[in-house]
Amino acid sequence: MKILNKQIINDVAGVKITQLDILAPDIAAKAAPGQFIMLMASENGERIPLTLVDTDKLKGTVSLIFQEAGFTTRSLGRLNSGDVLYSLVGPLGHPTEIKKYGKIILVGGGVGIAEILPVARALKKAGNQVTTILGSRNKELLILEEELKSTSDQFYVMTDDGSYGRKGFTTDMLKELLDKDKYDLVYSVGPIPMMKKVAETTRAYNIKTLVSLNALMVDATGMCGCCRVTVGKEVKFSCIDGPDFDGHGVDWDELQKRNKVYSVQEKHICNLFPAS
Amino acid sequence: MKKEPVKVKEASAEIRVGNFAEVVQGYSEEEALAESSRCLQCKNPLCTSGCPVGIDIKKFIYHITQKNYQAAYFTIREKSNFPSICGRVCPAEYQCRKECILTKKGSPFASEQAINIHFLERFIGDYGKNNNLNVPEEKEERFTKFKVAVVGSGPAGLCCAGELARKGVKVDIFESLHKTGGVLRYGIPPFRLPWDILDFEINYLKKLGVNFITNFLVGKAKAVKELFSEGYSAVFLGLGAGVPSFLGIPGENSCNIYSVNEFLTRVNLMSAYKFPEFHTPVNIGKHVLIVGGGNTAMDSARVALRLQKLKGYPLNTTVIYRRTEVEMPARRLEIEHAKEEGIKFEFLVQPKEFIADEQGFVKKLICLKSKLGEPDSSGRRRPVIIEGSEFELDCDLCVIAVGLKANQILINATPDLKTDKYSDVIVDSESMESSIKGVFAGGDIVGGEGTVIEAMGMAKKAAQSIIGELSGR
Repeated sequence: MKILNKQIINDVAGVKITQLDILAPDIAAKAAPGQFIMLMASENGERIPLTLVDTDKLKGTVSLIFQEAGFTTRSLGRLNSGDVLYSLVGPLGHPTEIKKYGKIILVGGGVGIAEILPVARALKKAGNQVTTILGSRNKELLILEEELKSTSDQFYVMTDDGSYGRKGFTTDMLKELLDKDKYDLVYSVGPIPMMKKVAETTRAYNIKTLVSLNALMVDATGMCGCCRVTVGKEVKFSCIDGPDFDGHGVDWDELQKRNKVYSVQEKHICNLFPAS
Repeated sequence: MKKEPVKVKEASAEIRVGNFAEVVQGYSEEEALAESSRCLQCKNPLCTSGCPVGIDIKKFIYHITQKNYQAAYFTIREKSNFPSICGRVCPAEYQCRKECILTKKGSPFASEQAINIHFLERFIGDYGKNNNLNVPEEKEERFTKFKVAVVGSGPAGLCCAGELARKGVKVDIFESLHKTGGVLRYGIPPFRLPWDILDFEINYLKKLGVNFITNFLVGKAKAVKELFSEGYSAVFLGLGAGVPSFLGIPGENSCNIYSVNEFLTRVNLMSAYKFPEFHTPVNIGKHVLIVGGGNTAMDSARVALRLQKLKGYPLNTTVIYRRTEVEMPARRLEIEHAKEEGIKFEFLVQPKEFIADEQGFVKKLICLKSKLGEPDSSGRRRPVIIEGSEFELDCDLCVIAVGLKANQILINATPDLKTDKYSDVIVDSESMESSIKGVFAGGDIVGGEGTVIEAMGMAKKAAQSIIGELSGR
């Protein structure tokens, strides 16, 4: 649970994205793409889930990439190499189903791009033809471009302001590709509105679409039900049934609302302990 | 002259709803002596038959009357490992006290006149704790070369670990949470079981040599099979029943509708009542409804009331239950405590649908009234819905406390482990060995939701089987 390496991936315009490499041999030995961990930054801390971005089985490390969005991710961002997390447990959730699908499109947005990376690598290795579409507000905020480019057969960047790649949403490019060619799988991680739009886009083309959900969790072993989501009219627990689900079945509005259930407290605690 | 039962001291309802400190204060020596002197020392005592582990109750109470507290302690310890815990959480009114000769015949639970066996047990357990009494270790050289993996640090796991360690077996307990104690920590609120009592028992196990490995999820980070290849001679599964049941009605995923486990875990394990000093939040409402009639319903109702008090809200927490008070499976003592504290009860009410506001937060619960019909398989009269009886309750926070099922992760990761239709692990009832050789199980993962003492009974049996098996090697 000791942090061996810390790297600030991005720190511009109020967006701070950090990578931590943490010593956790038992987790590293078993983790597969798509799985996550739960951690506590300090003894009084909250338990939060983060997707595993990379593992090094030889060194026994796991890598996490997170954007400082709330109190806990901010606390985590203040830890340095040599610091020890109070709690780290995993690997949790089902791994993403890795097999040869054929032609696939990966759609990543924001810090979700980091979570796409391990899946992209595994799907590429499994013999798939990989097309990646990344979305970002602007050029500066784009992360892991080189890493994803090198694992993709086709690679596109969409920015909101057109400062890099093409101007527009990831789904604009997605639609273009789907109009031109036949694909076997779309896999998407990013902000809820983006994943929702991806699922809406692919529905018309009847393409299997997997999304990795980021519901709130407490224990993450199936005991609290905080992470329950409705998928295809059934209630599922993201922690033990997911985190990957059929994007066409997800009740996105419910998930969006449930993820905001503590927004008042989040604001309060962030104001109480402002950034140093 | 018939002596009246000795009432136990309790924090006043008015004060205790403002904190999480223990409610029941326990007997003083004088009170314990007075209560023990009420015991009739029956020739053929029935109380022991009501105890899931068969504690010689008559004998330990006799020792109290003789002020031989040490002997009383060791009498209990012959059968129970954690008298301080069981004296606090055992549903005595359905067990030993119900069988007490002073309970009215045919009563569904203990009469008030029944000997307060649980308070006496607690007195003795605390006496043992305060005087560092402990059953002698029986470490045997031949067992020290073995190590056993215990999965889960709840009541079953703790008990099994203690029994094995006492014999000299090296024990590692794997716990997926960051703290030990399982349901005793995340589920039972500190106003019923203070943490120092639990920590005392855990520290004692540490002194015995038991090694606690927290933040470790067996089934994910390691398979059961791998434990054997790493040199463990046996595995005990004390996984617990932690998967919450929901009602399955429309609107149930609205914001501020909690499973009882989520609500209690946030408050107990994560100390959300001390937010923002502790960083885990929990919401509270002005019209709180608790659905269910068991102990977790009582616990969450009383937690909700305390959160309302801490927040400065008027106290307004209501338990809704589909049967009547008599059928409630909760401890009678805790139902009384809840009532004293101001919890309201609505009986014969069946939830039908939650209504949420535009932001997704629950605001109303539509319910149906019911009446009692014929008894069902549990022997309790089945609630029958009254047509056209629909009504609304204001509800801005709801806790669903309608049962818990077996934890699934390890079971799903271990296909050879045979389970029944409830996904509980199937074991041989004598040896507690599962369908996998060398893998034993006990507690709620075997019998479904039960009590601490039942879990302990099973764990003890399993430990004896493990010792038996190791003896042959």
